[in-house]
Amino acid sequence: MATDVPPPSKGGSEPTPVTPSTEEFVAVQQSAEFGELRTAHRSFAFPLTIAFIAWYLVYVLLSNYAGDFMGTKVLGNINVALVLGLAQFLTTFLIAWWYSRHAASKLDPKAEAIKSRMEGGA
Amino acid sequence: MSTLQLHSAQSTVLAANEASEHRPLIITLFAVFVVATLVITVWAGRQTKSAADFYAGGRQFTGFQNGLAVSGDYMSAASFLGIAGAIALFGYDGFLYSIGFLVAWLVALLLVAEPLRNSGRYTMGDVLAYRMRQRPVRTAAGTSTIVVSIFYLLAQMAGAGVLVSLLLGITSDGGKVAIVALVGVLMIVYVTIGGMKGTTWVQMVKAVLLIAGALLLTFLVLLKFDFNISDLLGSAAENSGKGAPFLEPGLKYGATATSKLDFISLGIALVLGTAGLPHILIRFYTVPTAKAARKSVNWAIGIIGAFYLMTIALGFGAAALISPKEITDSNPAGNTAAPLLALHLGGVDSNWGAILLATISAVAFATILAVVAGLTLASSSSFAHDIYANVIKKGKASEKQEVKAARWATVFIGLVSIGLGALARDLNVAGLVALAFAVAASANLPTILYSLFWKRFTTQGALWSIYGGLTTAVVLVLFSPVVSGNEKTSMFKGVDFHWFPLENPGLISIPVGFLLGWLGTVLSKEEPDKEKYAELEVRSLTGTGAH
Repeated sequence: MATDVPPPSKGGSEPTPVTPSTEEFVAVQQSAEFGELRTAHRSFAFPLTIAFIAWYLVYVLLSNYAGDFMGTKVLGNINVALVLGLAQFLTTFLIAWWYSRHAASKLDPKAEAIKSRMEGGA
Repeated sequence: MSTLQLHSAQSTVLAANEASEHRPLIITLFAVFVVATLVITVWAGRQTKSAADFYAGGRQFTGFQNGLAVSGDYMSAASFLGIAGAIALFGYDGFLYSIGFLVAWLVALLLVAEPLRNSGRYTMGDVLAYRMRQRPVRTAAGTSTIVVSIFYLLAQMAGAGVLVSLLLGITSDGGKVAIVALVGVLMIVYVTIGGMKGTTWVQMVKAVLLIAGALLLTFLVLLKFDFNISDLLGSAAENSGKGAPFLEPGLKYGATATSKLDFISLGIALVLGTAGLPHILIRFYTVPTAKAARKSVNWAIGIIGAFYLMTIALGFGAAALISPKEITDSNPAGNTAAPLLALHLGGVDSNWGAILLATISAVAFATILAVVAGLTLASSSSFAHDIYANVIKKGKASEKQEVKAARWATVFIGLVSIGLGALARDLNVAGLVALAFAVAASANLPTILYSLFWKRFTTQGALWSIYGGLTTAVVLVLFSPVVSGNEKTSMFKGVDFHWFPLENPGLISIPVGFLLGWLGTVLSKEEPDKEKYAELEVRSLTGTGAH
């Protein structure tokens, strides 16, 4: 079987980090510290993904099957459909911001600790 | 039908005549952009030495630069010409495209961009094949990368043909083919010489131009209505001849139970497609870290979101200021609504109108060139890195050979898309791009997610998912009304071999892709490679050993 990571390029511009051995990867994967990192990512990203896809599908289904409701005027010619559409924009911006804040405070420190230890060649 | 076509041809000539007096100006603006980007390309080409330079632009772009380039790669002719046209013709139903195209970025942000940056080097196949048997999975990943990119290219080529026939008064088929060929040749030059570095800079320049152009038009539209959005919507509804329903869902997709299903299908394809688009995914390799990849997605969401908000004003503005007949006469699918809007905002018989038309068209042209360059790069990288280096040469190709193969693949793919581009002229480019999204969501996304997050996933699961999703999506499109059976908008007119009722296959093919990935895995005899998964999981979440 060919390895997927070919040897570092000669004269390439990329710095070559110390590559840990397979045993080290397996040990880290099973460590409690990595388990926390995985949980911190999954318990945030998975439910949120399901939530925003569900919210988007609700919007698509309302457009399809609740035409009267969507056509209700809110202000002048602005109707519920347009408001909900703009709400999708707003929630997208908010979720992106929320995830980035979570990643910076809960994921990055853990990830960096593990990475620097592994690449330190310890 | 024939009288309609005749009429449409006459009107296109008419619209073209309006512009033809200013042809020198239009050609000058096009030429300025082409020369400027060629200078960038040559400059970038001089700095392109290693494979990492060619494929990943040296990985030295900042999060903001890449965010701009991602936006430039993503806001294609479909976003600019297609969405504005769809809103101008179908009102509210056209708006769904922009929402789906935007929300989709959250999938990329939360689940794909950072792990991909951490664990891959150059292509989507790097991640898909990470813990699998290399040769079969890389072949599959390369195949689906190329198919998705060619669908997407088709849409851009259709946009180019349409634009130029409007602007330069070229209505003969030979003339349109010549323009498509010119676009093809330019993209071959950008990619073979400039590689990822050149392509990235072209995309950044284009993103700035596109945002500036959209801002200008949006400002002018809003100015006409004294910044009263309700008035703008009211006039659009009235001028469209459809009244209040123009502002409500259902005009395009609400007619029958089938068209409603088509709407759901489109919606799902849009939201799940982005994170499976190879030309978008490889952009994350151009930044040094996963954090920078996250930052680029955040910038992209901001820039793209702002742009789509402006397309609402452009689409409804076109509906309010131009008669629907003039829009459809110029292009049956509405693809020329945005440039026509520019003409009307400046004044149809005035110099300003012509100058605005020329400027906006040059922006649209720039848009197309930047996106086709990104697509060509994605497919030729995948050919060279996945198929040539890892399958044909079994990982023993030198860096020089690999990059050389990528350059030849670029020439080949350029020629193929020139050939196909001539066929797709009358399709709405947003609709065409939605097909590429459906194929990406069916063939690529399931395997990306399973690979990254499902311990048990096996080579067989990956192959079933990629080939099964890809085949289902492509076959359903082939036998859909997009290809035959609809006299007005089908790719082939006068024949009817369609049996699949929906235009977008996503509703069927995306679940099929996910299901086959699961089924192939639980039915496979081989054990998943646990050690490789440990490596992939730790790398993808921490960035350990990232290149």
